[in-house]
Amino acid sequence: MSFFQKLKSKFKQDNQEEVSTKYKEGMEKTRKSFSGKINDLIARYRKVDEDFFEELEEVLISADVGVMTVMDFIDELKFEVQRRNIKDTAEVKDVISEKLVDIYYGDDDEEIETLNIQEDGLTVILVVGVNGVGKTTSIGKLAHRLKADGKTVMLAAGDTFRAGAIEQLEVWGERAEVEVVKQNAGSDPAAVIFDAIKAAKSRKVDVLLCDTAGRLQNKVNLMNELSKVKRVIEREIPGAPHEVLLVLDATTGQNALSQAKTFSESTDVTGIVLTKLDGTAKGGIVLAIRHELNIPVKFVGLGEKAEDLQKFDANAFVYGLFADMLDEPSED
Amino acid sequence: MAFEGLADRLQSTIKRITGKGKVSEQDVKEMTREIRLALLEADVNFKVVKDLIKRIKERAVGQEVMESLTPGQQVIKVVKEELTELMGGEQSKIAVSDRPPTVIMMVGLQGAGKTTTTGKLANLLRKKHNRSPLLVACDIYRPAAIQQLETLGSQLDMPVFSMGTEANPVDIAKKAIEKAKEEHHDYVLIDTAGRLHVDTDLMEELEQIKATVNPDEIFLVVDAMTGQDAVNVAESFNEQLDITGVVLTKLDGDTRGGAALSIKAVTGKSIKFAGMGEKLDQLEAFHPERMASRILGMGDVLTLIEKAQASVDENQAKELEDKMRNATFTFDDFLEQMGQVKKMGPLEDLLGMIPGANKMKGLKNVQFDEKQLVHVEAIIQSMTKKERQDPSVMNASRKKRIAKGSGTSVSQVNRLLKQFDEMKKMMKQMTNMQKGKKGKGFKMPFNPF
Repeated sequence: MSFFQKLKSKFKQDNQEEVSTKYKEGMEKTRKSFSGKINDLIARYRKVDEDFFEELEEVLISADVGVMTVMDFIDELKFEVQRRNIKDTAEVKDVISEKLVDIYYGDDDEEIETLNIQEDGLTVILVVGVNGVGKTTSIGKLAHRLKADGKTVMLAAGDTFRAGAIEQLEVWGERAEVEVVKQNAGSDPAAVIFDAIKAAKSRKVDVLLCDTAGRLQNKVNLMNELSKVKRVIEREIPGAPHEVLLVLDATTGQNALSQAKTFSESTDVTGIVLTKLDGTAKGGIVLAIRHELNIPVKFVGLGEKAEDLQKFDANAFVYGLFADMLDEPSED
Repeated sequence: MAFEGLADRLQSTIKRITGKGKVSEQDVKEMTREIRLALLEADVNFKVVKDLIKRIKERAVGQEVMESLTPGQQVIKVVKEELTELMGGEQSKIAVSDRPPTVIMMVGLQGAGKTTTTGKLANLLRKKHNRSPLLVACDIYRPAAIQQLETLGSQLDMPVFSMGTEANPVDIAKKAIEKAKEEHHDYVLIDTAGRLHVDTDLMEELEQIKATVNPDEIFLVVDAMTGQDAVNVAESFNEQLDITGVVLTKLDGDTRGGAALSIKAVTGKSIKFAGMGEKLDQLEAFHPERMASRILGMGDVLTLIEKAQASVDENQAKELEDKMRNATFTFDDFLEQMGQVKKMGPLEDLLGMIPGANKMKGLKNVQFDEKQLVHVEAIIQSMTKKERQDPSVMNASRKKRIAKGSGTSVSQVNRLLKQFDEMKKMMKQMTNMQKGKKGKGFKMPFNPF
């Protein structure tokens, strides 16, 4: 059985048709351009030579897969092609996908993709990221999601800096019908979070979602402020924050790696929310981040509606990327 | 910074070539590969890179490189020239309609920074051009987008026109123009909702607004961190709206900003302004040549020099230069310089502009917290005259006394002493660089802190 069939049958077994449809629709643009290009490439080159590899490199880079990751990948692929003595580009297709999936999965089990929600007691989730990636929106969607799962949720308006940020979170709070703890604009974010933890404890809330102001990762002062917020949470509840989610914009290029690295240094990021994946952005950055920093993606934003925040499913994500190839009639 | 600059990348290849004294096809091929990687790492679109490499190859294989003594430098120069040329000249003019109000429309993806940029642009128009703008809130979709613009309006003390979230954006824009005419505003800035370039309904809405208000400028607001997709975004917006210019935001981050090059290459539209911070006066004219340096990882020497010139006293600078040359720079000078450097703006910004500064050992982990400057000042002021002149006399008890006097710790004093040492070394390098062969050496009339 070929690799594609294996992957495909895995989906059928797992009864994940519905999930993969969502991904397929959401990632329509990505999929078309990405796997379309690989197919195109294979059709044009019959021989596996240097030019072929160079162009493959370009296809991957155009998907915003990090340059280093691509180089490693191409090296591995070259080795594999030599080992198996592959001369025909049609055959190399299987190897390409296999290797890409390898990067996705790495050595991790799939458990890390779920949120670390405490059985009893308060779960605190801190949400961080640069400006304009969609932190507040993601929190709104996450609140909606958790509430649907039967959890009681509270939001902390920790973005006291940007104009209209508190109001924006309040609107999401109303939509999801959850309480929002806030102070005036300009107040100390650590103090807001502190208050929110007190409130969440006394009201016996299950999950507290903490919003923070967007900040560019090279602003040392602002990154220190974030560490302080985290320390406050740690002090109030041992073991918290149970999750630190870094929100990344899928249209971001190589800088996303720098973001993941720097935010991890100051707040120990436990997972990534990849937003705006419903445009033509490729999301290839996920590959690079997993490959180079081993931070898992937990959620992806596939649209503007509250329910458009989907749990990241590596299988479905890969399936979305390669759906064109999978649906082709197989020769064997 | 996370990525190597072009100069570093080319280093090993160049070393080999200088040994050989002659550049072969193979060498050029290797160099262009490094250039290609450097540009790709900077997020320049791969198609744009391809075209560039082709042109660079043509120029580099020619005699220019062959005859040069330092082919590596020559290649970097060629690359930078090509980049600068591609980016075009400086263009930061804003249209003025002969029948006011002049209408400016702001468009772009979600989270690019349209609303903030609208506020900054309004501020610029009033401050620099003495205009009276009206801000218009046409983002009826994102929660609290209108409040955001209204808050900015009240911070700037400028009127904001809004009709709530129930009205149609086309109507809002139309009514806003009428109101601007009544109240004699000479500029109208229309903030639109962020949208995906593939969202046909919302793109249609923008076309309708355009047809209704007939704007003099349509600015596409783009996040400087955008990756390969910048090309698709810019192309779609330009095709459907025929944008007149681009504003690049979040350039105060550590991104190389290759998207700038891609956008210019595919749309041919100039990048007019750059967002350089979260405050409302941090919108600057865009400098293509400096951007070229940044993309190549060469540091923004020009901006640095300009800032230095604006705030450093010429005579004092000359004096300091001599001191640096003779390595008689003391803590007293340091204190004096700190005052001058403070006038130039945030330290982390300055450091980012110095080529190679992020490579210096010891400097790398220096925390550029403005508040720390106060500590540094206190430490130096707690030193005796002798200690300031000659830090080598420092011993444990002196350090203890200084720490006590300045309200800091001995480790903080130690750290400062170490940094001072590093800095002296760096100055030595800079002065050597200046004394070196190139006639146009970089003048360094102040200490880099």
